[in-house]
Amino acid sequence: MNLKGRKIVLHDMCLRDGMHPKQHQISIAQMIAVATALDAAGVPLIEVTHGDGLGGASVNYGFPAHSDEEYLRAVIPKLKRARVSALLLPGIGTVEHLQLAHDCGVATIRVATHCTEADVSEQHITRARKLGLDTVGFLMMAHMVEPQELARQGKLMESYGANCIYCTDSAGYMLPDDVSARIKALRATLEPGTEIGFHGHHNMAMGIANSLAAIEAGAGRIDGSAAGLGAGAGNTPLEVFNAVATRMGILTGVDVFRLMDVAEDLVVPMMDQPIRIDRDALILGYAGVYSSFLLFAKRAGAKYGVSSADILVELGRLKTVGGQEDMIEDLAINMARAKKSA
Amino acid sequence: MAKIKAALIGSGNIGTDLMYKALRSPWIEPVWMVGIDAASDGLAKAREQGLSTTAAGVDGLLPHLQKDGIRIAFDATSAYVHPENARKLAAHGVVVIDLTPAAIGPYCVPSVNLSEHVGKGAMNVNMVSCGGQATIPIVAAVARVQPVAYAEIVATVSSRSAGPGTRKNIDEFTRTTASGIEKVGGAKRGKAIIILNPAEPPLIMRDVVHCLTEGEPDQAAIRASIEAMLAEVQKYVPGYQLKNGPVFDGRRVSTYLEVAGLGDYLPRYAGNLDIMTAAALRTGELIAEEIAGGRFAAARRAS
Repeated sequence: MNLKGRKIVLHDMCLRDGMHPKQHQISIAQMIAVATALDAAGVPLIEVTHGDGLGGASVNYGFPAHSDEEYLRAVIPKLKRARVSALLLPGIGTVEHLQLAHDCGVATIRVATHCTEADVSEQHITRARKLGLDTVGFLMMAHMVEPQELARQGKLMESYGANCIYCTDSAGYMLPDDVSARIKALRATLEPGTEIGFHGHHNMAMGIANSLAAIEAGAGRIDGSAAGLGAGAGNTPLEVFNAVATRMGILTGVDVFRLMDVAEDLVVPMMDQPIRIDRDALILGYAGVYSSFLLFAKRAGAKYGVSSADILVELGRLKTVGGQEDMIEDLAINMARAKKSA
Repeated sequence: MAKIKAALIGSGNIGTDLMYKALRSPWIEPVWMVGIDAASDGLAKAREQGLSTTAAGVDGLLPHLQKDGIRIAFDATSAYVHPENARKLAAHGVVVIDLTPAAIGPYCVPSVNLSEHVGKGAMNVNMVSCGGQATIPIVAAVARVQPVAYAEIVATVSSRSAGPGTRKNIDEFTRTTASGIEKVGGAKRGKAIIILNPAEPPLIMRDVVHCLTEGEPDQAAIRASIEAMLAEVQKYVPGYQLKNGPVFDGRRVSTYLEVAGLGDYLPRYAGNLDIMTAAALRTGELIAEEIAGGRFAAARRAS
């Protein structure tokens, strides 16, 4: 694979996707410490919000230690070069949240929908573009749809005003060929000026390989997370990806050693549990289940005396999509009842 | 007693489903359906049932209001069109039941506050949203036992049952529903989340209601209250079902529901649409009863 000389934008997720394994409890001091260190290492784009995006504070997804506004207002003024992005899922967050993020100084808005539901993002993408924001359409659970249909959905987001479209492997299910086919379909369908990005999860340990496949097929933005801090078995570990990319001659502009230090010295000590491919995380990847369900399934399994692995497999069988955390307790109760009567 | 004559504005899925339900009503007789597309299936179905139809929008209906004795109209168009429809119909003394999220008039969730609308003579009543109709009764069931500091609902509907109007303005759903949770449900603060799921075969509408009570929840009283409320809603939506709960976890009270439709015009999985048409008809019937009994006096309009 020859990717020498390709310029890639690295986008760090540990202060947003990393909120999932932290149950949205990252402190303001930790946010600032990690964000400024990522900035100093040369990471150009850093996402900061509740794990489920702006307005995610809820019983269903968890109440965070601080509001999105508090995090954004604390972090953004401390950064010298890096810009901050915010995630927004229509149906959870609204254009009011988007406006608030803009007022806080966010430079990039990523409007996320399930891979077949792009048309719910029109009002948010239109508004973000009107505000002059770098506007990304973020198609989640992209493994659930064929490449051509993903491209059609991306085209819709582009038509609303998105200047970058993501293929998002929320379940960490994809293998390099799956990524390659989807990025190629997007590249063939979108305008040449529209950027393409890839967001991986490491549930099958394919984060690095999939990101490289994405670049080869035409992606210019790659998501990852320092020390992998993210939902499931985490995101593509950014310091590892940056080291691999640098060896291959890909131009990321990020300092290999400094990013290693951020991961090792700041992010790993923050972890409540090791971010690794345990049995449940592997099931997420194998069965194609939304990575954020992991801790919810573990807790419900423990509370109702059923196997978290069984819950996750069932969630996959039912073709659940991102945001359906409400299914997990419901399913666990059903499974406990079935077990009792068996 | 003679039935009260009604018009259906909008010949889409909702208007057509509502027609089939209204044809069975002891209080309401649907006599007109209004569309904007002469070729629409809804208008054809209406003609089959002997209704008069027009494809010229509300303006096509206005000349017939008086001679056909229409007193009630159900508006199943869109939040964009509704204000103008409402103005024109009100000028002719027609009471409008609004199934769009325009929310000009007071909210009505029949199992919770239908009786509050008695004698008020409101010329425009709003049906909140599908998620609101499915969940606000449960919020109210908890709130009538003890104060609810916060209520949050998650409505999951099949992608097929979410039309272009909903998709173009999904914020309207979250905003209107959250407001209904507070104003009708009685929670101090409300939040609404909607999720579209494209799975095939389509999933039946599911709704989860999380309430955070002030102080320890009175489990026995809340259980009984929810049970009574379920029976109330089932009177007009037989497919309204408790799947699990209430789950008590500290101050959290979570109730898991499923809403299957009657399958009149819309498929059974589209309980989200069915609960809207059923609730709107129930509201229309109450107003029809008042009109028939000579008890309906239109409230003086502010403007």
